[in-house]
Amino acid sequence: MNPENKTLLEVRDLKVHYGSRGGLFGGGTVVKAVDGISFSVAAGETVGLVGESGSGKTTVGRAIIKLAPVTSGVVLWEGRDVVSALTDSEFRPYRKHIQMIFQDPYGSLNPRLTVEAIVGEALEIHFPELSASERRARVAELLHQVDLKPDHARRYPHEFSGGQRQRIGIARALAVNPRLIICDEPVSALDVSVQAQIINLLQDLQEKLGLAYLFIGHDLGVVEHISSRVLVMNGGKIVESGSCEEIYRNPKDDYTKRLLAAVPEL
Amino acid sequence: MSALQNILIFAGAAFVVIACGLFWRSERWQRARARFQGDRVGIISLLIVVFYGLVGLMDSVQLSAHGKEMSMIEYMFRNTPNERGYSAPYADTTYAVNRPEPLKGRHWFGTDVLGRDVLVQTLRACRTALIIGGLTSFIYIPLGTIFGIAAGYYKRWVDDVIQYVYSTLACVPGILLLIAIIMVLENVNIPLWNGDTIQIPRLVQMSLALGITSWVGLCRLIRGDTLRQVERPYVEAARALGQSNWNIITRHILPNVMHLVLINFVLGFSGLVMSEAILSYIGIGAPVGTASWGTMIDSARMELAREPAVWWNFTAAAGALFFLVLSLNLLGDSLRRAFDPRASGK
Repeated sequence: MNPENKTLLEVRDLKVHYGSRGGLFGGGTVVKAVDGISFSVAAGETVGLVGESGSGKTTVGRAIIKLAPVTSGVVLWEGRDVVSALTDSEFRPYRKHIQMIFQDPYGSLNPRLTVEAIVGEALEIHFPELSASERRARVAELLHQVDLKPDHARRYPHEFSGGQRQRIGIARALAVNPRLIICDEPVSALDVSVQAQIINLLQDLQEKLGLAYLFIGHDLGVVEHISSRVLVMNGGKIVESGSCEEIYRNPKDDYTKRLLAAVPEL
Repeated sequence: MSALQNILIFAGAAFVVIACGLFWRSERWQRARARFQGDRVGIISLLIVVFYGLVGLMDSVQLSAHGKEMSMIEYMFRNTPNERGYSAPYADTTYAVNRPEPLKGRHWFGTDVLGRDVLVQTLRACRTALIIGGLTSFIYIPLGTIFGIAAGYYKRWVDDVIQYVYSTLACVPGILLLIAIIMVLENVNIPLWNGDTIQIPRLVQMSLALGITSWVGLCRLIRGDTLRQVERPYVEAARALGQSNWNIITRHILPNVMHLVLINFVLGFSGLVMSEAILSYIGIGAPVGTASWGTMIDSARMELAREPAVWWNFTAAAGALFFLVLSLNLLGDSLRRAFDPRASGK
């Protein structure tokens, strides 16, 4: 088997249900944010996950890295169930392999920490053996990888533009040498011109480092551009999946058709 | 009895110095210091606060002079005579309409009903204010902050338990609770190493009681803000990295709720000093003879009603309190700006 095609992540029948406690006279309601989805991501590939707001796509990303509680189903990392079977501390080593880039570049960086502290935090947790100077050098290297200058390390997040902040977020995710990055709408809060830069950066990094992406987005154009396979989500379920070509040229599901029809044409 | 108070005051001062010394070299403090140095208002406020602190410390240092124990402040003003009653600032005679008597000396701020120099009283009251305000803050701020963050961060049963506790505390009228706690503390005897026992000093009793009753407001505030912070993506990002709960709380949440602590401390300080007057009024305040601004302001109700009014007693105490609170307020604001990287550009 070509190592390039080795399955890294496999999600089987994943369910994330949020229940509200019932009152005195009534039962609680259950919100099925994710309702039995299955898919896999191979090493080095990009899988797009699209759907409208509230379709559950972000919850899938959060459940994979144990940020959202899994109701049932399994998440396998290289064949081993890592999410439901492991406690938080047992799962910690796997966080090195799976990282996340967040949607909001303004909110995802602590305003009171310097860039060095933000990016270095990941190194402190997963590479505690590094000395302060080694850590500083690694942060500079990471900043260089995302096209920022090493002297940016001493600045605070508010001194950067949205695109630069997203680069800092990417550097933080890269710090632990992950093999899969969950990109949770990483460009939706950015200007169109900056979106292209970030997407290109992600693609360059993928080529260089052999990363796999689970790219969550609602902008079908962006997802099509970056992904090799696309999963379409609606109401917590995957309604259609296939290669970009199949989904975009010949959608089968009504929801996918409507989603594609809703793309504004310029 | 005052020995324990002196120890506490020095322990407090030592704590501040050690804490500053520990953080002095950290990069965050270095940057904050650089920003603070450019803030003239901040520096003046700091000097004023340090002055109050020094006065408080000087009144805590006991000297043996002229055959009796006296504080440094008393020693400095040992030549200031006691008069026979009220006298206006810098007056020649007592403030009696019918039979004014010549004074033994000049009093810049006048004298009070017992003929004591108001300036000395005002200076000596610094110590009371700093003990009440400082020690109480030292008790209630950690309580409110720790419980508030714990409730907001861990949610679920931790939040439930903390909410039950503070809701229950908040249900009991504050003054009744204060009386109850002080009455209990009055009967607590602390055994000493030599077999003796000592009572908790009254000012410490008051601080403990005020501390136990004052944390609820801060706790609610911190809990609310923590609930907001926990949902912020940077906390989520720290979790995604596998950061421990302790580090998330200390690195990400605490610095982002610290401004509330600072504001609460500054605004609460004057309230605490004034509550000393209320406690004195119901008979569980500072021991008789202890100089305090609260008592001075409280007694002004009678003095201002006199004809002609005795205003200097009130003015001196209120002025001293005003300058302390104003300086603390401005200093708090400057510190917040110095430590907030976003405020660096003003």
